[in-house]
Amino acid sequence: MQKFFARNTVAGWLMVSPLAVILLFFLVMPIVMIVIVSFWQATEFSIIPAFSLENYEFLFGSSVTYRVFLNTFKYALITWAVTLVIGFTVAYYLAFHIRSLTWQIALFLLCTIPFWTSNIIRMISWIPFLGRNGIANSTLISWGVIDEPLEWLLFSDFAVILAFVHLYTLFMVVPIFNTMVRIDKSLIEAARDAGASGAQILWNVIIPLTKPGIMIGTIFVVTLVMGDFITVRFMSGSQSANVGRLISNDIALLQYPSAAATAVVLLVTVLIVIGILLRFVDIRKEL
Amino acid sequence: MEPRPKSFYFLSILFAMFLLFLYGPTLTIGILSFQGPGGGLTFPMRGTSLYWFRDLFEQQAVGDIWGSFARSITLGLMVMLTTVVISVMGGLAFRRRFAGSSLLFYLIITSLVIPSILVSLGVGLIFNQADLEVHWSTSGFGSQLTWTLPFGLLIMFAVFNRFDSSFEEAARDQGASPLQTIGYVVLPIIAPSLIGVALFGFTLSYDEFARTLLTSGSYNTLPLEIYGMTTNVTTPVLYALGTLTTIFSLIIIGIFLFLAAISGRRRKAMGSDAGKGDV
Repeated sequence: MQKFFARNTVAGWLMVSPLAVILLFFLVMPIVMIVIVSFWQATEFSIIPAFSLENYEFLFGSSVTYRVFLNTFKYALITWAVTLVIGFTVAYYLAFHIRSLTWQIALFLLCTIPFWTSNIIRMISWIPFLGRNGIANSTLISWGVIDEPLEWLLFSDFAVILAFVHLYTLFMVVPIFNTMVRIDKSLIEAARDAGASGAQILWNVIIPLTKPGIMIGTIFVVTLVMGDFITVRFMSGSQSANVGRLISNDIALLQYPSAAATAVVLLVTVLIVIGILLRFVDIRKEL
Repeated sequence: MEPRPKSFYFLSILFAMFLLFLYGPTLTIGILSFQGPGGGLTFPMRGTSLYWFRDLFEQQAVGDIWGSFARSITLGLMVMLTTVVISVMGGLAFRRRFAGSSLLFYLIITSLVIPSILVSLGVGLIFNQADLEVHWSTSGFGSQLTWTLPFGLLIMFAVFNRFDSSFEEAARDQGASPLQTIGYVVLPIIAPSLIGVALFGFTLSYDEFARTLLTSGSYNTLPLEIYGMTTNVTTPVLYALGTLTTIFSLIIIGIFLFLAAISGRRRKAMGSDAGKGDV
């Protein structure tokens, strides 16, 4: 037994060694480095490797930090809610209403194609829609709904969340669809035979069985939104901020220790959120 | 077949609207990239022309689009190959539990969910402190792998969880060595999924912005170049670039899907002689 275990381990580690080395060099060490640098000091021109808590003191002493974190959670929460509703509906439609496998695959592929286009291009493509003279405004004016262009369509929180939904809904659709197609159809028939209505089947059978997919989608969407900085910068026209932007601004000003301190707080926050979500689902079992 | 419930038609409309939402904006910039020379970033169209595409092919004042395009493709191919090889090895290893496999698994999950700008910042800092030069083919390459490898591995985990190991047992019973079993039995069976991993690896790398932001050095990749253009270019040339990169992505997907279809068909033709009667 002992020998067998040891052989498994040696063979296992031989095969995963490239993976382990890459993760060590480009994931573990960078995180350690960020934590170390977050305790360093900086002048305008260089970073000084001397222990200090001033980055954290500044971070936690500033009201901007709290506002920005609050804003980050707001984006994450709203985007999560919207992507969940859309993602669940789309996955439900594909899994339960499309009857032939070929059509299921075809429609599913149709949903994934836009995902393969560059995020930035997809963001740019909202400009002709939402701009002052954009399609949305001119349509609304020609319908007589509004008299003058809505200014809040582009470069606003609305635009940011719209872009998030556009970019990340697929991360919700895929895992939910994946768990839904694995639901045994006879369970639904049994529920129907027992006299359950459509809504009851949805609520008492399908949603509970889809929970793991929902959790995995949630993990994706929440972490992507919380770590994002480019969508917020681009779609808000630099008028709003989230934690990612705080970090990228510090980086642009070469304030690495300050950026690192913010990064550590962001990392801890994300890991806590993930930790909570993982209590609801065993990822290893779901693959 | 039982009749469609009313909800089917309602959901079909919702689904169509979702597709419109996904495709609408991209199609719009596709149309707008054919603006006439006097046209701007929004409708109305001022004539139709290929002016902005020509503009793209002429020497740009703002940067080095074609250089960055070449770098992005090279990097994408490097990342793709590495991701496929390492994901297969990792997937094979994770079929049995080995000491430390749980720790490594959670490291993979961490790699997937860590905000990408942190990888960029951390790798940048390490190269800086070690007095190494950041370059897209070294630090940029490594940073992108922290994003593509978890995806590749998750796909491999899913594949091997559904893998029927009686094929391997049969091969072993016929006297195949472990390496022969992998080469002649396992790899051909999982080949279509490997195309999926390759597609993920290439396009994730090709589009990656945040992880290359601080790690690509003085030569931009295409997403960085496009990002730079968004801040200082205000003509439809931006849309022309968007249209071209979208078409390029579609061609890449088309190639991969074609390969997947071929390998699926070949597998069907060669893999099984069930139902063909006596040989």
